[in-house]
Amino acid sequence: MTKLTMTVEGDHNFIVTRRFATPPQAVYRAHLEPALIQRWMLGPEGWTMPVCVNEARPGGKIRYEWADGAGHRFYLTGEFVELTPFSKIVHVERMHMPDATPDNHVETRFESDGAGTLMTMRMTLPNPETRAVMLASGMEFGMEASYVRLDAMI
Amino acid sequence: MPDLDAVFASLADPTRRAILARLAIGEATVLDIAKPFSMTQPAISRHLKVLEGSGLIVRRVEGAKHPCRLAPDGLATIEPWLDMLRAALTKNYDRLDGVLAAMTPNLGKDPT
Repeated sequence: MTKLTMTVEGDHNFIVTRRFATPPQAVYRAHLEPALIQRWMLGPEGWTMPVCVNEARPGGKIRYEWADGAGHRFYLTGEFVELTPFSKIVHVERMHMPDATPDNHVETRFESDGAGTLMTMRMTLPNPETRAVMLASGMEFGMEASYVRLDAMI
Repeated sequence: MPDLDAVFASLADPTRRAILARLAIGEATVLDIAKPFSMTQPAISRHLKVLEGSGLIVRRVEGAKHPCRLAPDGLATIEPWLDMLRAALTKNYDRLDGVLAAMTPNLGKDPT
């Protein structure tokens, strides 16, 4: 059973939903506290997040840096727009590759779902090209899986 | 519609992914693209040729320059990108399940 859904909507949006077994308070905190974020927002085995700045207030800065221990690093920066404990986080973010991609506007909602939480993350990109690149940025983490697929194809 | 195998092979190289990211910001010449990389222009040109061959970018002739941009049809083939992102997100959220369980140690366990 997969708990993750991903939906491309229109030309500008990308929506991710996921259910968690714990109430919104915990899921909300795990999205904001650097010590918690650094334990899960990592991609495949071997990647770490040596830098995690998360100033959880409107206007507060975000900076995540990832490293794979083999010299590959990349980072994103952003700012918080709105925080509603324990139900909503609105922020903007951009990848640096190394040039900054246009801003990705992200609204993350946490709703009670039985004893757990339904998280809905809605991303709004300025155009389809930027959306494609945002999706592609996940490739830096997702490539491992795709290499397996490539091996199967070749 | 680009050939999926060619798209995957094209995306398997980090330099080519970085080139695509650069082109998402706007059209660029080989010189523009080569700047942030510690690679020779011929090496970048070879990568561009692969990207062009897989239908992810298009080039036009403007005098001696051949500016590149993302191919609209290439990006319509969004499936491979989604598959890879799904792999990344799935791993992250599975790990988050563990973090959440550690935050609320009594949840899901028998009250002993």
